[in-house]
Amino acid sequence: MATTESDQMAYIAAQAADARVNVEVETDEGMTLNLGPQHPATHGTLRIVAKLDGEKVLAAEPIMGYMHRGYEKLTEVRTYPQVTTLVNRIDWLGSFANEVPFILAAEQLMEVEAPPRAQWIRTVLFELSRIANISLFLGDMAVQVGATTPVFYAFRDREFVLNQIERVTGGRFHPNFDRIGGLKDDLPKGWIEETGAVLGKMRDFCDEMEELVLGNEIFQARTRGIGVIPPDVALSYGLSGANLRASGIDWDIRRDANVGLVYDEVDWKVWTHPDGDSFSRFWVRLQETREAINILEQLLGGIPSGPIMAKVPRIIKVPAGEAYVATENPLGEMGFYVVSQGDLTPFRVKIRSASFSNMSITPWLLKGVFVPDIISILASLYFILGDIDR
Amino acid sequence: MTSILALDPAWWQQTFLIKVPIGLLAVLLPAGTIVYLYLFKAVSFMQSRLGPMEAGPYGSMQLLAEVGKWLQKEDIFPTKADKFVFAAAPFVVLMSTFLLVVILPAGPDATFVNLDVGIYFAMAVSSVSVIGILMAGWASANKYSLLGGIRAAGQLIAYELPLILAVVGVVIQAGTMNMQGIVLSQAEGEIFGWGGIGNPFILTQFIGFFIFMVAVQAELTQAPFDMPVAESELVTGYLTEYSGIRFLLFFIGEFASAGVFSAIAAVLFFGGWYVPGIDPTNDIFNVIGPLILAGKMMAIAFLIFWFRFTFPRFREDQLQRLAWKFLIPLSLANIALTGVLKVVL
Repeated sequence: MATTESDQMAYIAAQAADARVNVEVETDEGMTLNLGPQHPATHGTLRIVAKLDGEKVLAAEPIMGYMHRGYEKLTEVRTYPQVTTLVNRIDWLGSFANEVPFILAAEQLMEVEAPPRAQWIRTVLFELSRIANISLFLGDMAVQVGATTPVFYAFRDREFVLNQIERVTGGRFHPNFDRIGGLKDDLPKGWIEETGAVLGKMRDFCDEMEELVLGNEIFQARTRGIGVIPPDVALSYGLSGANLRASGIDWDIRRDANVGLVYDEVDWKVWTHPDGDSFSRFWVRLQETREAINILEQLLGGIPSGPIMAKVPRIIKVPAGEAYVATENPLGEMGFYVVSQGDLTPFRVKIRSASFSNMSITPWLLKGVFVPDIISILASLYFILGDIDR
Repeated sequence: MTSILALDPAWWQQTFLIKVPIGLLAVLLPAGTIVYLYLFKAVSFMQSRLGPMEAGPYGSMQLLAEVGKWLQKEDIFPTKADKFVFAAAPFVVLMSTFLLVVILPAGPDATFVNLDVGIYFAMAVSSVSVIGILMAGWASANKYSLLGGIRAAGQLIAYELPLILAVVGVVIQAGTMNMQGIVLSQAEGEIFGWGGIGNPFILTQFIGFFIFMVAVQAELTQAPFDMPVAESELVTGYLTEYSGIRFLLFFIGEFASAGVFSAIAAVLFFGGWYVPGIDPTNDIFNVIGPLILAGKMMAIAFLIFWFRFTFPRFREDQLQRLAWKFLIPLSLANIALTGVLKVVL
C-alpha cells in the first residue's frame, strides 16, 4: 500500500486512468462522442458515451451517478416524518407524488389508514403534480427536437398548477405535506373553485400542444418510427409508466394495483398506443395529462368531509416489518421498500425509481440511430436526473 | 463643367471614403435592427415574455450592451485548434455577407456596383460562407464543432441548388441578371395590360419565392434547418468553441445575412426599391428607395424568424431528402413552366 503522498497521488491517477479507459469505448473504427455530463440536452448531469460512424450510433452507454445524493442511506438517519423532505427531491418536478408511496408504506407497517378526506386530497395533489410534471415534458420534448417556443408555454401554464399546489402546501416544488396518517393541513378556502379554473387552462394548454407540437409534420417526421420499443423488450427492461403504455401494454398501477388512493371512485381510462415509438410516448403522455384533468374534475366535486388526520402517536415508532408500496408516479412506477426494526428511523429503504429503470433500455435502444435521434429518444423516454441518481 | 455642389450621383459612387462607411452601415444597421426587433422582441412576444426591458427604452440598447460584453471577453483559442484557420473563419463568413451587400440596388442610382450579372454574383459569393463554416468546424478541434461543420457543409451545398434554381425563374421573366434591371422590369411591367402596380414577380413566381425562402432559411441555418448548430444536441455546432469578438463576428454574419437575403428576396419578388404610383426614373427614389427596400426587407425577415421560432428541426437526412427530392424537382418544374409561358405569352 502506498504510504508517501506522491505514491498516493500516483495510485489515484492510475485508478482514474483505468476508469476512463473502461468508460470511453475508443476503438479504431468510428469516433467516440461524449455527450455530457454537462450538455444542453440532458437537463442535469447525465453522461452518454456514444461510438459513432459518421452520424450513425454504433454503441451508446449511459453513465449515471453524477448527481447521486445517497438518499437511500440518508433515510437511515432520519425519523419517518423527516424522510418526506428527502424524497421530495427525487423527482423534483412532481414532488408530492414522491412522498405518497413512502408514507403509504409506513402506514402499512403501522397499520393505520388515512381518513377518506385525506385520501381524496392526496389523490388530488398526486394528480396535480402529475400535470405539473408532464406539462413540462410536453414543452421539453419540443425543445429537444428544435422548436424553442412550446417550452415557454409549458413553463407559463405549469405555473398555474404550481400556484395551486403552493396554496395548499406552502411549497411550489417541495411540498413536504404528506404525513403518516393523513395530511398536514386542510385545503384553503375557495381552493376547489380556483383549481377548477386552472384545470380549464391546462385543458387549453393540452389542445395548444396538440396543435403546435403533435400535429406538426416535422415533429412527426422526427419521432414516428424512431426509437421503437416492442412490448416484450419494454417488459424485459422493466419500463414503467407511459413508456410501457406507449408500447401497447395496458398496465397502470392506479387501476391495477392501487393502494391507498381513491382512483376506484372516479371514471377514467388508461391510454395506450400500439406503436412504441417516440411519437407514441409523447401522445400517451399528452392523453394522460388530459385524463388527469378529467380525474381531477371528478375528484374535486366529491371530496368527502371529515378529519384529515388519523389518530397516530406524537412520536412515530414504526413496528418491525417490511413493506413495499408502489404508485404510478408521473415518470412511472415508483416504489418504496421499507424495512423497519421498530425504531424511530427506517432500518433500510430501497427506492425503486422509474427513470433509473427506464434509462436501462438506452444501450439497446440507441444502437443504430442517428445522433439527432439520441436526443429525441432520450427526451421521449423522459427522465429526471434526480429520479435516476437519487 | 459641373459644379461640385450640384449633386452628381456618379461622384459619390466613385468615392471610396463614402462607400465604405455606407457599406458598413448597410450591413450592420439591418443586422442590429433584426436582432433587436425580431430576435429580442418579436420572439419574446411570441413566447409570452417581454424580452429585454432594462437597457434603454424597451431594452433598445440591449444589443449595445451585448456587443460591449462580447468585446470585453477573452479571445480564447482551444489548445489543439489550428490557430490561423480558427481565427480567420469568422472573417470569411462575414466577407460573404459584405460581398452580397454590394450588388443590392437601393435606388435608380443608389448602387455600390451595378453588375450585369448581379444575381449570378450574389449566388456565387453566398457560397463562400460554407468555406468559413467548414474552417470553423474543422479548426476548433472539437467533435461537436466537426459534426456541425460537416452538417453545415452538406446542408448548404444541398440548398444552394434550389436557391439558384428559384432565382432562374425570375431571371427568365425579367430577361436580365442585372439587379437594377430586375427591379425596373417589375416597375415597368404590366399585368395583362394594366400597369397600375407594375408587375411584382411574387404574383407569377410564388413557387419560386417559396423555394427561395426555404432555401434561404437553410442557408442561414435557421430552424427548421438548424441541424448544424442544433443547440440541444451539438451544443452550438461549429460555434461551440468561439467566444468574445469572434463569436460576435459570426453573430453579425448570421443576422446581416438574414437581412441581405431578405433584401435580395425583396428585389427579386417584391420590386426592390420601387413603390407603385411614382415614376421609376424619378430621382426621389434615390432618397426614399433605401427606406422602401429596408421596409420590404424587414417584412420578409420577419418570416424567417417567425418560422425559426415555430418549427422543430429536420434531421440531417430528412432535410437532404427535402432538398433533393422535393425542392429541386419543384424548382425545375417552375423553370420549365416559366419558360413555356414566357415564350407563349
